[in-house]
Amino acid sequence: MSLSEVQTMRTGTVTPTRKPDHLQRWLPKLVLAPTAVAMIVCLYGYMLWTAVISLTSSRFMPLYKFAGLDQYERLLNNDRWLMACKNLAVFGGLFIGLCLVIGVFFAILLDQRIRREGFIRTIYLYPMALSMIVTGTAWKWLLNPGLGLDKLLRDWGWEGFRFDWLVDPDRVIYCLLIAAIWQASGFVMAMFLAGLRGVDSSIIRAAQVDGASLPTIYWRIVLPSLRPVFFSAVMILAHIAIKSFDLVMAMTSGGPGYASDLPAVFMYQHTFTRGQMGLGAASAVLMLGAVLAVLVPYLYSELRSKRHG
Amino acid sequence: MAALELRNVRKTYGNAAQEALKGINISIEAGQFLILVGPSGCGKSTLMNAIAGLEDISSGAILLGGEDLTGVEPKDRDIAMVFQSYALYPTMTVRENIAFGLKIRKTPAEQIAAEVDRVAKLLQIEHLLDRKPSQLSGGQQQRVAMGRALARRPKLYLFDEPLSNLDAKLRVEMRTEIKLMHQRLKTTTVYVTHDQIEAMTLGDRVAVMKDGAVQQFGTPQEIYNNPANLFVASFIGSPPMNFIPVALENHEGRPGVRLDSAGGSVCLPLPQLASNLADGREAVLGVRPEQIGLGRGQEAGGPVLEARVQVVEPTGPDTLVYVEVNGVQVCCRIAPVDTPAIGSNMLLELDIERLVLFDPTTGARIA
Amino acid sequence: MADSLSRKRLSFNRIAIHATLLVACAVYLVPLLVMLLTSFKTPDDVRAGNLLTLPVEWTLIGWVKAWDTVQSYFWNSFMITVPAVIISTFIGALNGYALSKWSFKGSNLLFSLLLFGCFIPFQVILLPMSFTLGKLGLANTTAGLVLVHVIYGLAFTTLFFRNYYVGVPDALIKAARLDGAGFFTIFWKILLPLSTPIVMVSLIWQFTQVWNDFLFGVVFASGSAQPITVALNNLVNTSTGAKEYNVDMAAAMIAALPTLLVYIFAGKYFVRGLTSGVVKG
Repeated sequence: MSLSEVQTMRTGTVTPTRKPDHLQRWLPKLVLAPTAVAMIVCLYGYMLWTAVISLTSSRFMPLYKFAGLDQYERLLNNDRWLMACKNLAVFGGLFIGLCLVIGVFFAILLDQRIRREGFIRTIYLYPMALSMIVTGTAWKWLLNPGLGLDKLLRDWGWEGFRFDWLVDPDRVIYCLLIAAIWQASGFVMAMFLAGLRGVDSSIIRAAQVDGASLPTIYWRIVLPSLRPVFFSAVMILAHIAIKSFDLVMAMTSGGPGYASDLPAVFMYQHTFTRGQMGLGAASAVLMLGAVLAVLVPYLYSELRSKRHG
Repeated sequence: MAALELRNVRKTYGNAAQEALKGINISIEAGQFLILVGPSGCGKSTLMNAIAGLEDISSGAILLGGEDLTGVEPKDRDIAMVFQSYALYPTMTVRENIAFGLKIRKTPAEQIAAEVDRVAKLLQIEHLLDRKPSQLSGGQQQRVAMGRALARRPKLYLFDEPLSNLDAKLRVEMRTEIKLMHQRLKTTTVYVTHDQIEAMTLGDRVAVMKDGAVQQFGTPQEIYNNPANLFVASFIGSPPMNFIPVALENHEGRPGVRLDSAGGSVCLPLPQLASNLADGREAVLGVRPEQIGLGRGQEAGGPVLEARVQVVEPTGPDTLVYVEVNGVQVCCRIAPVDTPAIGSNMLLELDIERLVLFDPTTGARIA
Repeated sequence: MADSLSRKRLSFNRIAIHATLLVACAVYLVPLLVMLLTSFKTPDDVRAGNLLTLPVEWTLIGWVKAWDTVQSYFWNSFMITVPAVIISTFIGALNGYALSKWSFKGSNLLFSLLLFGCFIPFQVILLPMSFTLGKLGLANTTAGLVLVHVIYGLAFTTLFFRNYYVGVPDALIKAARLDGAGFFTIFWKILLPLSTPIVMVSLIWQFTQVWNDFLFGVVFASGSAQPITVALNNLVNTSTGAKEYNVDMAAAMIAALPTLLVYIFAGKYFVRGLTSGVVKG
């Protein structure tokens, strides 16, 4: 008797199978379905929609009359947009760089077995819990020409002190920078402190036995091992910088003139208050492009390291 | 309790070239204890998950008590499982852990209490009932995991390497206890392990697996005495079977193999070998350490081998002696009183009836 | 790792380190201090003194006026935040559970697509979203803002829960399935009781995100439906009449208090949300 004959013979004795529970099998997909639909429509669908609008000459209302790349061309010839991009480069570059320097510096100091470490860390990090609007409001007042820091230092005896960067078109961007660094540097510190705590202490002991000094140990051994933290921090800071909108709105509304415009502000004002929908959409698409330029290499390296690990 | 039958069970992942299970056929009767044993990656855990319904099979059928389980959700299969990591619910007490399956099945409260009591008494964990899993030792967690499986009185028990996280001493204790429990409760059980001693001691039936296929299915004794191929022979037994490369030849009209050692060359007659095979071809001779005894000299009959002692390992009840035959190291298990001196020559006698021969390339049994 | 370092040279270096850390503390605290001092001053006092002079006369007039102005917006924010936080956390937990413990063909792709949602600049969805809210009759409503915050918060909450549940042993789920539990029973009885830390992280993250949001508020709500951040910004940046800095600062404090309190009482989870969830990606 061949095997298949045995099987057919035996199958005859099998009692009818119970009904498979199809619902159980579909539940995970059903649960995820609303999110998947919302995401595909409201994220990717809308992205596409914005891209389509950016190719039209829409002004106050969406108008599906295609104008090719006209809006992008207008954008690249728009002084205000170019200013916003230049500001973003200055603001973003300094913001990321200074936050990293300050964050790493204080993380290392806090790593020296400080007695009230938890308390100090709490103070460094609290600005991150605030709305950028609150931060902006506070710093707008602190940097107020005439009544803020200006007056404080004069009252303290520095008669000739002038501080009016908030109304100085060439310097206003640094006011934004100060407030943004105040808000985010503590967060970078917390990230690096967590990273430092994860460094294998036996490596450091080995280096000490080899006679390395403390700064050498940090510079040559500890910090290089924090590369992943460094990348994550840059990633998040870049993201905050590109999206920065609230802070500008609260502190300067883009002024004086458009001296402190950032792309996010440009996009908002052209789309929603100045009836330049097509132009605004084009600027949004370029912002997405900028984020992708940072994000894609990051995700790529993340995925690659995961595959190797 | 119910009989379990696996019919041509296949499992492929992604592309069909990658087969995790290559047509498994196993059948055990109600109340039997089946061991799935094999090295990691042999498919034994996949097979167990398939029986539990945690993984779908690509073709074939799994029958429990005559009922086809295809498409039946794990929760409806009435199977209980003990996991390697125990998988106790961390937020529940021991009592709640044991009662969980009964509660889900809407068993009346007094019946649940009675069942928890019974199981707790059986496993001697009554004093632990109100603790959380994190407050238990490894051995205690193991007991609770078994208790959880026992409470529901399911049709089938699955054990997924339940002892491998315990230390050596506890492992031996729990092994005996599982055996005792099975003898008392007569539960149909499938037990996955990579430990051949567990396989030998616990099982009514053993399926030795490799590369997604059953290499041999039978009682522990059959598998030990009559290995189907080189893999089974090498996997079962500790210390492992010796494999000596030999040439098959006819010596004075009788088929046999030639063995060279320090004392010279001996032709060992093998009555079980068909004479048409004895044409000078290469083969592997399988000899278990206990099948090599101390030789009593030519007058006792039977061919005797004289070999030089290289290493001596006393284990207590026996002594393992390593000698060189046909250029490979061969382990012999002898009584401690007979322990030879290192470097001396010793006489060896082989239990000819029980020797086995394998094809060196395919690993298949020749005789 | 500091254990092994720097036990010996206590003297100068240690003092320098402590001094630096304390000066930095002061720098981080000054803006908050200035806000508080200013909020308790009279407008005349604000002009007469400087940032760090104590109020001549401690007064609540700034706070009273600020509260009168922003009160209704404060409650708007509250009505937006509470449902948005709860709904997005709940759905995120279910999503994370389904993605990590019931993965199916395409679930990884779905997760990657969702993950990307954590990073996009929201400017790129503002326009279509405002059309959609208009079509749905949800423009300028609390419900509309709740919807928006839920949709765009899901990427983060799902990420939190998915990463957390990946660490829960699969054997627990298998054991529960064999014990007879289905999809939802396992979620309620086994996973949710284990999830307190990550639920806290998700709630707090979402609370600060939604409460502090300005972009969605200013684009999708106007007039009486505005959240407090928008109202505060309007108050501070109106150019009519004399600036009342004490009122501005009091209003800013009112807007900041809920998230500050959350930070003070649940800071551990706040930091964990900031670092773990986002960093891991």
